[in-house]
Amino acid sequence: MPFAFAVFLWFMASITVALFIGKVWWLPPLISEHGAAIDRQLVITLIIAGIAFFLAQISLGYLIWRFRAKGGQRATYWHENSRLESVWTIGTAVVFILLSLNGNRIWASYILTPPPADALPIEVTAQQFAWNIRYPGPDGKFGRTDPHLINDANANYLGLDSKDPASRDDITTQNIMAVPVNRPIRVMLRTKDVTHSFFVPVLRVKQDTVPGLMIPIHFTANRTGEYEIPCAELCGMQHYKMRARLLVMSDTDFENWLKQRASMQ
Amino acid sequence: MASHSSQTVHTEIRHGFIRTYIFSTDHKVIGIQYLMLALFSVLLGMGLSVFMRLRLAWPAAKWPTLEQIFSVGFSGGQMTPEFYLAMMTMHGTIMVFFVLTTAPLSGFGNYFLPIQIGARDMAFPVLNMLSFWVTFVALAVMVSALLVTGGAPISGWTAYAPLSALGQVAGPGLGTGQTLWVISIAIFCAGSLLTALNFLCTTINLRARGMSLMRMPLTVWAWFTTAILALLAFPVLLAGGILLLLDRVGGSSFFIPGGLVVSDKLIPHEGGSPLLWQHLFWFFGHPEVYIAILPGMGVTSHILSTFARKPIFAYKAMVSAIFAIGFISYIVWGHHMFMSGMSPFSSMVFSVTTMAVGVPSAIKTFNWLATLRGAQIRFTTPMLFALGFVSLFVTGGITGLLLAQPAIDIYLHDTSFVVAHFHLIMGVAAIFGIFGGTYYWFPKMFGRMMSERLGRIHFWFTLAGVYAIFMPMHFMGISGAPRRYAQLTEFTYLQHLQPVQIFISICAFITIAAQFIFLYNFFVSMWKGERAGVNPWEATSLEWTIPSPPPHDNFGELVPVVNHGPYEYSVPGEPTDFVMQNAPAGSVAS
Amino acid sequence: MATTVTSGITRPPDQGDGGQRRLSQRDPQTHTMGVAFAVVAIGMLFIALTSSYVVRQGLGVDWQRLPMPRILLVNSAVLLISSITMELARLARRRGNWQRSNTWVFVTLMLGLAFLSGQLLAWQSLASQGFFLSTNPHSSFFYVLTGLHGIHLAGGLLALTYVAAGSLQQLRAPAAAAGPARPSPDRCSRWLDGTAVYWHFMDALWIYLLALLFVWG
Repeated sequence: MPFAFAVFLWFMASITVALFIGKVWWLPPLISEHGAAIDRQLVITLIIAGIAFFLAQISLGYLIWRFRAKGGQRATYWHENSRLESVWTIGTAVVFILLSLNGNRIWASYILTPPPADALPIEVTAQQFAWNIRYPGPDGKFGRTDPHLINDANANYLGLDSKDPASRDDITTQNIMAVPVNRPIRVMLRTKDVTHSFFVPVLRVKQDTVPGLMIPIHFTANRTGEYEIPCAELCGMQHYKMRARLLVMSDTDFENWLKQRASMQ
Repeated sequence: MASHSSQTVHTEIRHGFIRTYIFSTDHKVIGIQYLMLALFSVLLGMGLSVFMRLRLAWPAAKWPTLEQIFSVGFSGGQMTPEFYLAMMTMHGTIMVFFVLTTAPLSGFGNYFLPIQIGARDMAFPVLNMLSFWVTFVALAVMVSALLVTGGAPISGWTAYAPLSALGQVAGPGLGTGQTLWVISIAIFCAGSLLTALNFLCTTINLRARGMSLMRMPLTVWAWFTTAILALLAFPVLLAGGILLLLDRVGGSSFFIPGGLVVSDKLIPHEGGSPLLWQHLFWFFGHPEVYIAILPGMGVTSHILSTFARKPIFAYKAMVSAIFAIGFISYIVWGHHMFMSGMSPFSSMVFSVTTMAVGVPSAIKTFNWLATLRGAQIRFTTPMLFALGFVSLFVTGGITGLLLAQPAIDIYLHDTSFVVAHFHLIMGVAAIFGIFGGTYYWFPKMFGRMMSERLGRIHFWFTLAGVYAIFMPMHFMGISGAPRRYAQLTEFTYLQHLQPVQIFISICAFITIAAQFIFLYNFFVSMWKGERAGVNPWEATSLEWTIPSPPPHDNFGELVPVVNHGPYEYSVPGEPTDFVMQNAPAGSVAS
Repeated sequence: MATTVTSGITRPPDQGDGGQRRLSQRDPQTHTMGVAFAVVAIGMLFIALTSSYVVRQGLGVDWQRLPMPRILLVNSAVLLISSITMELARLARRRGNWQRSNTWVFVTLMLGLAFLSGQLLAWQSLASQGFFLSTNPHSSFFYVLTGLHGIHLAGGLLALTYVAAGSLQQLRAPAAAAGPARPSPDRCSRWLDGTAVYWHFMDALWIYLLALLFVWG
């Protein structure tokens, strides 16, 4: 029994670590600038966690096997050691503090840095169960919206006020978000009904969309391609299907795409 | 109605069946009632998870037999996504509240706290009885939410507003089902508060002579701290629940902002804050998960010491760690809300406090390992589960290092990685604490031994099973799989995970099936098990000084006087390798 | 087994002695401690509601303080007086004057009922002016806070009734005939002490809520 238990723990720990090191199931490819620091911190933390995990499981297995009862003997009456206690407490605390400081540094640099003034503004309004994307158009201004004007049946998903001149050139899409590559994008996140969450795995971006709030985030995509945007906050029965496509394209392609969309409005 | 029996030395008052088994004020009967309630709930919760795993592995499959029973949930033969979400919501709710908050604290705590401190009963026996029946009513209301027309709520056990506040318009089950859910939770809060109050007064006032605080077993320390947590946390949930109920049926707008349009309908509410609900819920919710795990830590320490035949390593540090964990658990709740739109500065503070709570947890782990060094380990079934607890606690806890950092949480929040983390810690480690406690205390409660052979088989299936089920979920999370999805197949980047889903489901079914070995062992041993003596494990705490099962007033005339600490095993110079807590003084410095 | 409780605190009885005792040993201190913990829990409930109140106030432009029904001032006075009568009941019990103690308990009970009736009148007055739970955030909180306070006060009234009934029984059949069906004198005092703590808390809580609703908010 002790041997089997120990073998199980060693086996389980080894397989787990191997699967992580081998990156058998791993992060999707990264296509954003700020994401590099996140990925690095994730890997560092995984390594530290992995070492702690591996050592703990191996020690546990070893102790189980080595100190199995052997007929007639007494256990060692060893029940405290203040120095040992201090060492492993302080050691753990130091590692945790360092991890936390670095993690917070990365967080602050992402969330507290405002986007550059020439970032492309895009508004994303979530709803049950679709993503509404809006571009401000050539005038650079978003037109006025009013909840009273919302009419899904007539495809006025955002309640655009057609009397507001700024809304005339707004370009709205559903479930397709195109962005130019290598340009800072500023996304304004809103929601029509309940809390959703704008999650773009390849960008390492996630932010809840909260009713009553407008929350800005920003990113820069540095690789073209087509990617997916899932919803990451339970929002009702079709939460699993709330899917938008993210198209990262060159500047020229993006301008063409916008023009094409504008003509469809 | 009441009659005195003068034949026995114990002050035995004989009541009818109802007073003895249904409305008993005896803490031991109440403890078993809670355990039975938890047992019913865990079977129900496991059943609900079967439905979940069926859909996740085979989302497109049709189940004609199930369609016959659940015509709405399986319309067209396929399990609907809303049925999945209802199963998921009720699974989480029932497991967290009616299993993990009842069995470890109200179940084992009620039974063994008074005995372990040398008391005849809890401080307020009638209140104790009331708290059980209030909890029972809460469970009845919760079960009714499953059965009501419109179905059970689909907003998750966290019931975020406004999804949970808007009513039927926001989705199926969010009408009557959600209202019943809120009412059930509110009733549950009341029951838990009564329990917490009782535990605190009992521990502070009813300890036997010589049972100083630093001679209390770690189980008692764990129950005591858990009761403090419950006393301060549940009222906050109650407050949130009341406000949520009023938003739903009273037309108020605590959590619902203005201008919402759901399914093309403008919602008349104005000016509330969804984040307010999250703060209220998680201020309760985080201490709640420590309420779920702390008793398990206490039981593990207790069992490890017993079967290692060694004192628990660094008893004082263990006590401090329990307190530290309890205290810090109140200032970490924001780590559930890093992506919620909360202030980024708050996130940084919560990140630091969350890392901090990992330190006492690590201390406990080191101490458990140190307890094993130099031991003479007896591999009884309770010991197997206690050792399993240590392994699972490490695995589940260590991933907290990632989730505690907002930068990393940007990616991992609301993915399967979180599901893996909390299941390993709560849904497995805490459960192993319950199993350990059951196998350990069964002889005392029922006067018979459980089968060691069946216990071993149960242990192996369960340990291997839970690792097989929940380890892969980490990888799914790292791959970017969001949680609370009825299926992953709608997204191209997640298609490759479908074989993993199937693997998990199959392992889950096997593991669930193996739990019936435990059930069989548990119930058959009550009648057919080998008779247990007073102290079959050669343990030192006070419950092992009284008959198995104990008489009504526990100690009779022989109210114990305590002279020793709780873990005096293998004391040099002693004739036996254990010294009972109430053995005569003069053996060891306590 | 006559015991006189000369002060609120007694040493716990030595558990070593046998004798015919109830199955759970409880000294008077335990009971009051239980009430104290209940007070803590109820306090947490109102702290959570207070923070919700403050948050909600800071959020919306639709915050409009209700006109305070005048009767609330009367109710507050009634409740304050009832706290005094509660203390008088306790003092009388301590001096051994059970008759007087019981009278004061009865008076407190009546004052408590008067308070609750007054609260209902306040609700009625607001409703007739068109202020309901859903009217505006301030009115929502008003109804929630006063409603919860009233429910908890009613619980205190039940406890007072129990105390009054118990000591009435005690007065009719003196200690010599005390059996398991009658609350012992010790037990009556315990209940009175505990109920008094709870009652004072309800009073203080009411003043606090009044200030929160009509001074702060």
